[in-house]
Amino acid sequence: MNDLTLQLDCRGQDSFRLQLDCQLPGSGVTAIYGSSGGGKSTLLDCIAGLRRPEPGGLIRFQGEDWLSPDLFVPPWLRRVAYVFQDSRLFPHLDVKQNLEYASRRCPANSGTSMQQVVRWLALGELLNHNPAELSAGQRQRVAIGRALLSAPKLLLLDEPLANLDHAASQQCLACLQHLARELALPMLYVSHDIEEVSQLADHLVLLEQGRIVDQGSLLDLCGRLDSRLSHEEQAAAILLGTIGTHDPDFALTELEVEGETLLLGSRQQPAGQQRRLRVPARDVSVCRQRPLDSSILNILPVTLTQLEEDGDARVLLRLALGSQYLLARITRKSANRLQLKVGDPLFAQIKSAALLMESADHNE
Amino acid sequence: MSTAELDAIYLTIALATITTVLLLILGTPLAWWLSRQKAGWPAWVEALVAMPLILPPTVLGFYLLLLFAPDTALGSAWERLTGTRLAFSFSALVMGSVIYSLPFVVQPLQTAFQRVPESLLHAAATLGARPLDQFRSIVLPLTRRSFITAASLGFAHTVGEFGVVLMIGGNIPGETQVLSIALYDYVESLQFAEAHRLAAGLVVFSMALLFLLYRRDRRDSWRMRA
Repeated sequence: MNDLTLQLDCRGQDSFRLQLDCQLPGSGVTAIYGSSGGGKSTLLDCIAGLRRPEPGGLIRFQGEDWLSPDLFVPPWLRRVAYVFQDSRLFPHLDVKQNLEYASRRCPANSGTSMQQVVRWLALGELLNHNPAELSAGQRQRVAIGRALLSAPKLLLLDEPLANLDHAASQQCLACLQHLARELALPMLYVSHDIEEVSQLADHLVLLEQGRIVDQGSLLDLCGRLDSRLSHEEQAAAILLGTIGTHDPDFALTELEVEGETLLLGSRQQPAGQQRRLRVPARDVSVCRQRPLDSSILNILPVTLTQLEEDGDARVLLRLALGSQYLLARITRKSANRLQLKVGDPLFAQIKSAALLMESADHNE
Repeated sequence: MSTAELDAIYLTIALATITTVLLLILGTPLAWWLSRQKAGWPAWVEALVAMPLILPPTVLGFYLLLLFAPDTALGSAWERLTGTRLAFSFSALVMGSVIYSLPFVVQPLQTAFQRVPESLLHAAATLGARPLDQFRSIVLPLTRRSFITAASLGFAHTVGEFGVVLMIGGNIPGETQVLSIALYDYVESLQFAEAHRLAAGLVVFSMALLFLLYRRDRRDSWRMRA
């Protein structure tokens, strides 16, 4: 009932065709992930009403029809805000006027206030500037602010960080995480960058050549072998843990995951907070005995639950750590030598892992 | 300056002003529509709009004269509605001028509208702006300068009209005798001093208007992106 129901058939250029029949969650952040040309932007355009799919489609959001066989709600009545890759700030208006453009056209007293948006996105300094004077990151923050001020029911983001350098994209990402938590505003986030997606998304939709090939919760999908994600070069499992104490002497922070303690190089973090940890499959190796003299700090007892060939030379392992999963990519030769079987108790050595940014203290 | 000359000046300004206002009202939606069309049959409409640029004014005037005659549908309907004849009237001049100067207004507007990216209108639409609102809040401010250009060109071209006026307006002082016709009369009757006065006046006026227009264009050209 609170979902986003989509039944779409949309033709693009060169016999490209987007065909969907699915339900997406109507809350939280849903990432639409896939390589470029897979129909991600076309999908957002259809949801926003900027593009008409073939007759007979259906778009229903939280019980309200936006598209049905005899109805087409135009974009200005859908209350869907859209943050585009290229910002699309109005060049004849300064930042403040761009923000007001949105707030003036939304129903009175709804949504967030201008002050809040300016504070959240750190726009105070920019208000009197023209869009042409802003950096790409600043433009994108203004675009996000403008979208929020239209008091949307659904926020669409089409690769909003694609044109930003690393620092600017991290800053924008932190803003988005903060907003996702503060606003209870459902977001559809299109990206081809799995790290971005891992930081932000609750739910993940894999879109390839106009079709949904898989969808599910991010943590689940990242830790499964049958999803296309685990066979990508940068495949990584996501673990959920709780921050423990910080050791300033070695600049290491503890993360409790399923009763085990991992040590991670990081600045001091507030203890007790939940964090996501991204563990790339290529940085996990396994051994039968716990190594005693390894330089690797994080060695976890796991159970091998699944094993799948990944090309000619490599094997992907799915390792259970309590109720969570790690992925490991090792050579087929090693798997043979260790005579790995499902159910084997193993030790996973984690060479590197990245603590994903937390939204609560993004202002630091 | 004689009364006839003052009459001609007044008539010319009135004709050009009314024509320009009508052209902006009619030309804006037409230019907008043309600017949003893909290739195909709308090119016929574009060709039709551009015809006065290359047709001898007398061709246009000839057909308009036939159209305005009292025995045509338009001519008789006009006579029933207003009680006056359409042919050789000021109203006929206005109609002829609107058609004759149409490309001078539509083309600059169409070019300007085409430069407004669809993507900005899409952004405006998702922020709750209806089409008319999008036009008023995005398109108009971004193309304001082209409206000034279009209006100036439409006005100046109407002032400079001769062939069409001669064909459909005749030469009735105070009714259809505009400056260019009055000048022609002076030359016909070998009154060169008077002819000089009008001709030089028109040269100075046109020069000044075009200078102002081009200077402004150079000073601050339209900036779309940084």
